[in-house]
Amino acid sequence: MLNEAWTLSPAVALRPEPFGALAYHFGNRKLTFLKRPELVTVVRALGDSPDVRTALETAGVPEAHHAAYVDALAGLARTDMIRKRDTDSTEGAAA
Amino acid sequence: MTLAPERPTSTVVAEPQRPQGGTLVEQFELGLDAPICLTWELTYACNLECAHCLSSSGRRDPRELSTDQAKAVIDELQRMQVFYVNIGGGEPTIRPDFWELVQYAVDHQVGVKFSTNGVRLDAERAAFLAGPACNGYVDVQISLDGATAEVNDYVRGPGSFDTAIRALENLRAAGFTDAKISVVCTRQNIGQLDEFQALADTYGATLRLTRLRPSGRGADVWDELHPLPEQQRELYDWLMARAAAGVDVLTGDSFFHLAAYGEALPGLNLCGAGRVVCLIDPIGDVYACPFAIHDEFLAGNLLDEGGFAKVWRESELFTELRSPQTGGACASCAFFDSCRGGCMAAKFFTGLPLDGPDPECVQGYGEQALQSLGAGRTVPAASQDHSKANPTRNQPVMLKLMSRPPASACDESPLAGFAPTATSAATTTGCSSTGCCS
Repeated sequence: MLNEAWTLSPAVALRPEPFGALAYHFGNRKLTFLKRPELVTVVRALGDSPDVRTALETAGVPEAHHAAYVDALAGLARTDMIRKRDTDSTEGAAA
Repeated sequence: MTLAPERPTSTVVAEPQRPQGGTLVEQFELGLDAPICLTWELTYACNLECAHCLSSSGRRDPRELSTDQAKAVIDELQRMQVFYVNIGGGEPTIRPDFWELVQYAVDHQVGVKFSTNGVRLDAERAAFLAGPACNGYVDVQISLDGATAEVNDYVRGPGSFDTAIRALENLRAAGFTDAKISVVCTRQNIGQLDEFQALADTYGATLRLTRLRPSGRGADVWDELHPLPEQQRELYDWLMARAAAGVDVLTGDSFFHLAAYGEALPGLNLCGAGRVVCLIDPIGDVYACPFAIHDEFLAGNLLDEGGFAKVWRESELFTELRSPQTGGACASCAFFDSCRGGCMAAKFFTGLPLDGPDPECVQGYGEQALQSLGAGRTVPAASQDHSKANPTRNQPVMLKLMSRPPASACDESPLAGFAPTATSAATTTGCSSTGCCS
């Protein structure tokens, strides 16, 4: 996932909260809590970053924490909070 | 033109340091910038007169928010990013502008989940709800408190079962998917859980079970309707079995007091009053939770300056509810971390102290507390009542079947005790003069 391009799902709104943010998906009506402000920054940065790794770096997440963040992002992907972004030259969209 | 004192930095004023991290529940107890789950009772008017109505509905309040005021509330909810509201009443669909407000909310990114007894859900409305105008942002909850007409109509009034079923049929015919069947669990219907599930399956609906609260008119019938201890266990086991089987049963998180049986039920197990939930009533009064429509839990009115956001973020009551709670008498209980002392409204309306056990505490402390207060227990007087002044034909008649034999023979029949024999037939009366009619 680190080398893939992802983005916040267009159906999702992020609401800032003291602990991070609340993500709501207007399509499947799932509500998810992003429990760290850094994760919110990462999720917001996804769409403008060439890949997930860049988004993590933009948010200042140390490399040692990347695996944990990838796990969290995979969880968000399962409910379509974030989705894989089609880029110009991807080698096929593996689900 | 602000009165705020000058500050060297742009940091937010006087925000007490909020701990980062911790569990979600710990964060929720400190409150959120906007509610997650907001209930909005659009009207106190209702065609029914359910015996246990938690908002004592019946008559419309003349100060009810106008269409424009209601739309302004929706605008504010959109600004605060409240993603959906639970609309109820009263019976919300009998407000003439109900469908207009639903459309307005959906168009402003405020999804709607509304509770109805089904009275206005004809084929045309069902088609509207299933259609593109609602864009899947509208959820419908049909209230049904019995899986049979007999059990349902006992508390909701004659004909109400048929009305609800007709609405479910109309929704199904229109292609509306995943309606909710919303059941308040009572002593009379706990034995029907499987039948409720079958009904839900029939209509492609999801079952939603919630707790009976002693709020509103519910206070008058709580003693008779609330589930018995063994029924609470039955409900808990049934819910756990559903969860294990992967069947989605909604509970609105209302059974968190049952978490003290052991394993917590799915969902947040905490009292969200004033922290993650609240209630807006038909005149714009904001209460801590849908089950606490009482002056004691009134935080403010959204028509006042600052609107709903100010009430939510700054009201004295909500600030207090978000401050650390002691747990009182419950703090020493081994299960306190599971149930957090139970439901505030259930305690308040049964006359129990707010820092004591829930009246339906599964460890039995609630019953003990109720008993120890005995005759000295005072239940708070209702601070408002919208019940109809005179009963109508829709009023439930909670007649009980006689469970004891009649006190004396002549109670039952004018011919009781009359044993016809060849000689006495047609000459004696059935009533003996002794022990009769005592």
